[in-house]
Amino acid sequence: MLAWTIYLSFLGALACRLSPTKAMARVLALVTALAGFALSLITLARWTPGELLTVTQVAWIPQLGLSYHLAADGISLTLLLLTGIAAMAGILFSWNIEHRTQEFFAFYLVLIAGVYGVFLSFDLFLLFVFYEIAIIPKYFLIAIWGSKPHDAHGENAGALREYAAMKLALYSFAGSALVLAGMAAVWALAPNHNLSFEALTQASFPAHFQMWVFPLVFLGFAVLAGMWPFHTWAPTGHAAAPTAASMLLAGVVMKLGAYGCLRVAMMLLPGGLAPWGFHVLGFGSWRGVFAVLAVIGIVYGASVALVQRDFKYVIGYSSVSHMGFVLLGLMTLSLIGLDGAVLQMFSHGVIAGLLFAVAGRMVYDRTHTRDLGELSPMRLVEVIPFAALVFVLAGMASIGLPGFSGFIAEFQVLVGAWRSLPELVPVAGVGILVGIAFTWRALTKVFYGDAPDDVPKPALPPITLPEKLGSLLLLAMTLIVGLYPRILMDLIQPALQSPLFNGLRLGGPR
Amino acid sequence: MITLLTLLPILGGLLVLVFGSTREMARLIAALFGFTGLILSLLFWYALDPNLPGMQFTQYHVWAPSLGIEYHVGADGLGVLMLVLSALLVVFSLMASWANEKLGRTYFALVLFLEAGLFGTFTALNFVHWFLYWELSLIPAFFLVRIWGGPKRARAANQFFLYTMVGSVALLLAFLALFLATGTFDFLELARQAHSGRLALELANNLPWFRGEAVGPLLFWAAFLGFAVKTPVVPFHTWLPATYAEAPSETTMLLTGAMSKMGVYGFLRILLPIFPQEMQHFMKPLLWLAVATIVLPAFAAWVQKDLKRTFAYSSINHLGYCVLGVCVAAQLTGTAPHLAAERAAALTGVLLQIFSHGLTAATLFWFIALLERRTGGLRGVEDFGGLRRLVPVFCGLMGIAIFASLGLPGLNGFPGEFLIFKGSFPLAAVASSVSVLGLLLTAIFLLTVIQKVFSGPVNPRWEAMPDLTTTERVALFPAIALMFVLGFYPQLITGMVHGTVMQWIAGGGL
Repeated sequence: MLAWTIYLSFLGALACRLSPTKAMARVLALVTALAGFALSLITLARWTPGELLTVTQVAWIPQLGLSYHLAADGISLTLLLLTGIAAMAGILFSWNIEHRTQEFFAFYLVLIAGVYGVFLSFDLFLLFVFYEIAIIPKYFLIAIWGSKPHDAHGENAGALREYAAMKLALYSFAGSALVLAGMAAVWALAPNHNLSFEALTQASFPAHFQMWVFPLVFLGFAVLAGMWPFHTWAPTGHAAAPTAASMLLAGVVMKLGAYGCLRVAMMLLPGGLAPWGFHVLGFGSWRGVFAVLAVIGIVYGASVALVQRDFKYVIGYSSVSHMGFVLLGLMTLSLIGLDGAVLQMFSHGVIAGLLFAVAGRMVYDRTHTRDLGELSPMRLVEVIPFAALVFVLAGMASIGLPGFSGFIAEFQVLVGAWRSLPELVPVAGVGILVGIAFTWRALTKVFYGDAPDDVPKPALPPITLPEKLGSLLLLAMTLIVGLYPRILMDLIQPALQSPLFNGLRLGGPR
Repeated sequence: MITLLTLLPILGGLLVLVFGSTREMARLIAALFGFTGLILSLLFWYALDPNLPGMQFTQYHVWAPSLGIEYHVGADGLGVLMLVLSALLVVFSLMASWANEKLGRTYFALVLFLEAGLFGTFTALNFVHWFLYWELSLIPAFFLVRIWGGPKRARAANQFFLYTMVGSVALLLAFLALFLATGTFDFLELARQAHSGRLALELANNLPWFRGEAVGPLLFWAAFLGFAVKTPVVPFHTWLPATYAEAPSETTMLLTGAMSKMGVYGFLRILLPIFPQEMQHFMKPLLWLAVATIVLPAFAAWVQKDLKRTFAYSSINHLGYCVLGVCVAAQLTGTAPHLAAERAAALTGVLLQIFSHGLTAATLFWFIALLERRTGGLRGVEDFGGLRRLVPVFCGLMGIAIFASLGLPGLNGFPGEFLIFKGSFPLAAVASSVSVLGLLLTAIFLLTVIQKVFSGPVNPRWEAMPDLTTTERVALFPAIALMFVLGFYPQLITGMVHGTVMQWIAGGGL
């Protein structure tokens, strides 16, 4: 049944493209997203903890050992739920798109279908195919419907938009190339050339093979997860993308990268994390290298966000910082740290969606500026108080206040890090503080700026119903997970303890 | 029961937001919930059995077991004392803001949210749950300062927020490490383990950094930082004068009266029971920090030109006595049974001082609020003169509060400070003697205020200043009356906290 999340999205895309009116395309897109979410929810309701649900398994190209194998464990299901939520919210926040509406939603749903496909694939090659499917529509969404960066005027605007789109596509493909190389190496050594995850986790690859292939695959996926120093596509891409695409990029597409790191690199090549036996520049294993890069990302992303003038760049860099927590959690190699990493994927997906919704849809689409200096005198809290309220709550969630999902996630990552990477925890703590500083700076500049009383307030259109619904949906999710984290932890933890991840805990250092 | 008490102000705040369309309606709802909170907290006082050791009114629910998160609330004498104080000051603050036209619906809602944060902080017994309220109380406080503060409010609010957050993050990281070592976030359980020596063992075994020896002190100082910023302890106090001065005086009443007590509460509930060895080990530096907190702000208060800053520094000075008392009590733990009487004196003194300073400082800022409303915001020490002749009732009542603040026997400030010194002299004669300098300086600067503002030549500018109205006199009466009551009959408080103090002395500091 879960497979229909993919098929429905493809069908929905087709229907949107063919629909005669814009209004109909919107409704069709929303219904499609809703149906996908409903399918994940029904699965959640019937879920027994720890199960591995095989959805479809048919031979595809038997000569090459490829099969069309869809399955879901708790981690997949968590991210499927996130995809459904982000898709619905994104559509609600692009209700006002008038330019080539049908095509917009068609591309959008193809992207969603690809994302669903990645999260459901239990065959390495199939995962790669869906991963590539998801890249193409991203390019068009940004290149056609993207917004211009704040310092672009006139004809330059289009060029910069295309620059961002092209940069994102090139980075994605460069990452994919690394993954492809790694996949080919795995294929060559896999027994019977069988690339299904179950077979690969049981195969034992030689240690030095894993040591060389693991970083290729991990790095390839980590590019899309925004790992420093390969993150630079993210802020430009986020800032140039239309709101819904930013929400999906930060909310879901970056999770594709992190998911790949966990599901492919770490699950299939756990030996790559083992110590090398020698030291280079003080690093004794890939784990140390990537953990340090993750922490640099946390601090660097936050620090750069602190000095941005463009509202969307602030949030773009905040994504880099928050994704650093995902990667750090993965590198802790402890149950609690990995659990935190997956929760952070979910949490950041929801929160980044909210932040981009406020920055892109509620503020930029109304004021046509994203410059903090220009927004500050508008005192938007008095003009669009709803947006201010949403941003305050989203900001609180983003800086990891307890009660919101971000707290539970970062909390677990940090506990895991105290166990195995204690020297990095204070650095991450500094990153959290800088994160608080930039979030609060953006909040006060955009909404609580200081203006003389005689400056007229700009007349802006009121917040529409779809925007309110989308905000409430995302806020509800971050609060539900924040106050009752078991709802997801009971999915994630048993999955991490399943035999699929045996190699990780046995092969990896405690 | 406690759950009800905590949720009540949240409900009230939401109702104010929904139904408080006019200012009158908003303040009416807020007052209704403020009074209900006060009555409920007094009921807790009535229901508390002061002779029973340990927590009363406890509630316990499993929340997220694998993360050690539990819903565990309860109150002992200390908890009930803080509840009564918070509820009382919220009522006072609401009365003070009753006639201030600038403060509207959102203001009253935020005050109630702040009250919920205070109630939660003073009753939660599991770190995560406690931290939720500890952080959430900061958000309304931030906005109260940021939106309704004076001309430099933006800087003051941000400074307040970031400083407190630095402490909070350090505290959080320390507790994550404690959780990693012990598997629990429960304050009582951690205190039990600390008392039996198991905590040190677990830290050494499970956190093998620096060969285990420095872990305890490291975590202690990190947690200390959290409370030292909040209380504040010199040199972590620099956020306070700006914040207290820029905040609307009605808000400062709550900041100084109740929120600063969160720091002292942390010393008593967390540092003293969970880190007894570290408290003893670092006795000397802690003691001198306390002395610095007492003496230096008293000097600073002397030279202030702004009445609010004078009282802000005076507030730091008074909380210094609390810190001194806590340090002394720590030193006496366990080792010296014959000093039990001194310990009891010091701890009882701290609790008395908490309540008494809350009452006095809030009342002083209440008078400032009344003064500001009459002068249009002018409140410099040099701006007045001879007010005694113009507004005799105002000066008489405020004089009582000032004398209470400088510790005149017969008023509420005296018993607490007396008991603290009684406890501290036998142990730390030098430090205590130096601290007495603080008492002297307090007398000097408060008398200077009286001399410059109340006496001296009449400043003709204020000839037309109206004296306290009947409403204001009635509103102020309970506060002033309570000062006399506590001055003559401190048993009102000591009786309530008797069991708690006895238990702390008996050991374990539960």
